[in-house]
Amino acid sequence: MKSLEELRKLRKESLDQVDMRRSGKGTRIVVGMATCGISSGARPVMMALVEEVKKRNLQDVTVTQTGCIGACRLEPMFEVYRTGEEKVTYVHMDAEKAKKVVTEHIVNGKVVSEYTIGAYEK
Amino acid sequence: MELYRSHILVCGGTGCVSSDSLKIEERFKELIEKNDLKDEAKVVKTGCFGLCEAGPIVIVYPEGAFYSQLKVEDVDTIVAEHLVKGRIVTDLLYKESYQEGEMQSINDVGFYKKQERVALRNCGVINPEVIEEYIAYDGYEALGRVLSEMKPEEVIQIVKDSGLRGRGGGGFPTGLKWEFTAKAEGDQKYIACNADEGDPGAFMDRSVLEGDPHVVIESMAIAGYAVGANKGYVYVRAEYPIAVNRLQIAIDQAKEMGLLGENIFGTDFSFDMEIRLGAGAFVCGEETALIKSIEGKRGMPVPRPPFPAVKGLFDKPTLLNNVETYANIPQIILRGAEWFASIGTEKSKGTKVFALAGKINNTGLLEIPMGTTLREAIYDVGGGIPGGKEFKAVQTGGPSGGCIPAAHIDTPIDYDNLIELGSMMGSGGMIVLDEDNCMVDIARFFLDFTVDESCGKCTPCRDGTKRMLEMLDKIAEGKGTPADLAKLETLAKTIKNASLCGLGQTAPNPVLSTLDFFMDEYEAHVHDKRCPAGVCKALLNYIVIEDKCKKCGICAAKCPVDCISGTKGKTVYHIDTDKCIKCNACLEACPFDAIKKG
Amino acid sequence: MEELVSKALTEENFQQLDRQIEKVQGSKGPLMQVLTQAQKIFGCVPYEVQKHVSERLKVPMSDIYGVVTFYSQFSLIPKGKYVISVCMGTACYVKSAQPILDKISEIIDTKSGETSADGNFTLEATRCIGACGLAPIITVNEDVYGKLEVTDVPGIMEKYKD
Repeated sequence: MKSLEELRKLRKESLDQVDMRRSGKGTRIVVGMATCGISSGARPVMMALVEEVKKRNLQDVTVTQTGCIGACRLEPMFEVYRTGEEKVTYVHMDAEKAKKVVTEHIVNGKVVSEYTIGAYEK
Repeated sequence: MELYRSHILVCGGTGCVSSDSLKIEERFKELIEKNDLKDEAKVVKTGCFGLCEAGPIVIVYPEGAFYSQLKVEDVDTIVAEHLVKGRIVTDLLYKESYQEGEMQSINDVGFYKKQERVALRNCGVINPEVIEEYIAYDGYEALGRVLSEMKPEEVIQIVKDSGLRGRGGGGFPTGLKWEFTAKAEGDQKYIACNADEGDPGAFMDRSVLEGDPHVVIESMAIAGYAVGANKGYVYVRAEYPIAVNRLQIAIDQAKEMGLLGENIFGTDFSFDMEIRLGAGAFVCGEETALIKSIEGKRGMPVPRPPFPAVKGLFDKPTLLNNVETYANIPQIILRGAEWFASIGTEKSKGTKVFALAGKINNTGLLEIPMGTTLREAIYDVGGGIPGGKEFKAVQTGGPSGGCIPAAHIDTPIDYDNLIELGSMMGSGGMIVLDEDNCMVDIARFFLDFTVDESCGKCTPCRDGTKRMLEMLDKIAEGKGTPADLAKLETLAKTIKNASLCGLGQTAPNPVLSTLDFFMDEYEAHVHDKRCPAGVCKALLNYIVIEDKCKKCGICAAKCPVDCISGTKGKTVYHIDTDKCIKCNACLEACPFDAIKKG
Repeated sequence: MEELVSKALTEENFQQLDRQIEKVQGSKGPLMQVLTQAQKIFGCVPYEVQKHVSERLKVPMSDIYGVVTFYSQFSLIPKGKYVISVCMGTACYVKSAQPILDKISEIIDTKSGETSADGNFTLEATRCIGACGLAPIITVNEDVYGKLEVTDVPGIMEKYKD
């Protein structure tokens, strides 16, 4: 270790790998990972979310999983919880769509309405 | 860079390892492999989570699901349900963390709520065998800043301003110790770390070494810079193999990264360190004895002065602090002396780690701000006494401390309050005693310990403690006289005044404090030949409660000395107290609770 | 017992010890480290081993004997095939470790601190091993048994009867 800068660089890289372990406040993205979700492709969606959140270095965003959300025909799906906002449920997701939700909704604060359960039900 | 959607933290502290956590870790890895999850879920072996009672413990992130008392076969369920399907296995969660159908955050669980983790902040969070994880949580930042931006005097000033006092026993101001060593003259100086945690029932130093070994390395290097030393020794008990192993791994990694060795952070400062193993002698926790032991000699204390700061290891100025003291240093540097001084009481700053054990629901390791009351520690964090029994006393400070009775349970914990009550902080052992513990027996237990561990150098400790033990034995056997009680106290005070080292000077504390607070129990043993708690064997009698006896004869069949007589189905059984060896077999065997001791 | 000691004093073990001595040459105050290794290699540190260390390190026999007898981890005679350690730390003691020690002592007919006549068992009362959450606790070599009751003891000892 030759300098403080070198240490700080290493810290930044290492932090991404462990900061999941802080108790999460802020935005939670919850992916349905029951059998139905997984068999229709929830796993790549989950990984895409995890990667995108890291890539953009988003603080206070946790990607977590849950069991069956209860609408198997709409899988893969995930829900976004933000403090002070209503829960938004995205359905029929894939990795690409998931990345778009991160960009639009999580970063810019605009709900991608075309993917939401509301749009689908109509 | 590897990213995972789940981190599975498995406790690798000694408590959990003793209850098979390593097999649990193995099983997780095996099943993750089998379910093709190895790119998604990562298994991390960490240091102690602190709540040893609930071990083995596994925490799954990001949900923060706190699984407790797991068995190896439970891993199958967790992998199948939680990792594959995303359903938290609520049946296996620590019961307090799952209430009214909702999972609570770990920090809201009673055991953790009142805690404030400074020394233990990384324990149970990082993998102690991976230096990058320590660095991710600000590791080595303090050392980097100290070396690049501060003068040695400034470092010492911060430590002084923080009000940090030695966490190993006496509570000497750490900053002053650093200053003395810095000012001492010598071409060579040493840094030493006391990890010879000998107090029975205290295991915080081990947990730090097991869970966060780099903090000790970083801190010793900072100390080296502050006082002008380039070599450090960590003296660890040989009874702590896991701690020794992880510390060695950490030292090797630090060397490899250039955080130990020559020209650290590109400065002129060089620092190297090595581990020295103890070999099982309690007295080596005393600083001058520890120094002798590192030198490869019998660990016998020598008179002070000269203090180690002037003439220590190999006769050179030596700075000696204990593990927990060092564990506070990097945070003090990073967050400032004012921050640290804002926690705690007027004369005792910061937090203290306690090992809570004995008759308590949540056995484990807790770190609380100085000034927290004993009641909060025992009831709020510790969860109270099991089995609805009554709290009798709490023993702090190990063999050097004393027993604090229920009347003083609202005392705020700090160095000075504990000393005032005839006990001491010591290294932070806190053993809870309930109504079933006999205080004479407890005093005898500690005396037995000191007699065994006395190094034999000075007469008051070597012979005095032995005589005290003999008197206590006499009292416990019901042969004590009132004169013995008076003699016991006189002798205790003499030993306190006349012994050479801290071990001898404090050895009588368990007796003095129990004499002080529990004289009635001593008197019951001496005057009435009775042990109120029913512990001292010689004073016990086993009696059949006649109207409860169902004449089944099971007790007589179990009795190893045939001292129980009666006729099956016809007469009530009777125990011949003269022949009885008080083995308790009949009481355990009786299905109708018809035998009592008293 | 003497037979057991002489069995351990093989040429190979001495060579192994020499390699360990080699490693610490030049470090300051290496005696404790060497003795720790000797205890590991030979299972004890008898007169012959002390003499060997004395010659290699140029430390007087009297010093070595002093150190060996001071620390409880060093023993002059070998330990049994199974070392049973009953934790007598405070947490275990207040949770009735003494009756457990008594029971084991009775079953293997060996006093605390001694090795059984057949060389199978060594019974020790140890200091706190720091697993207070499992109190009272015993270890038999590497096996750990926690949260014990006296009634569990015969079953455990049964496993080591051979």
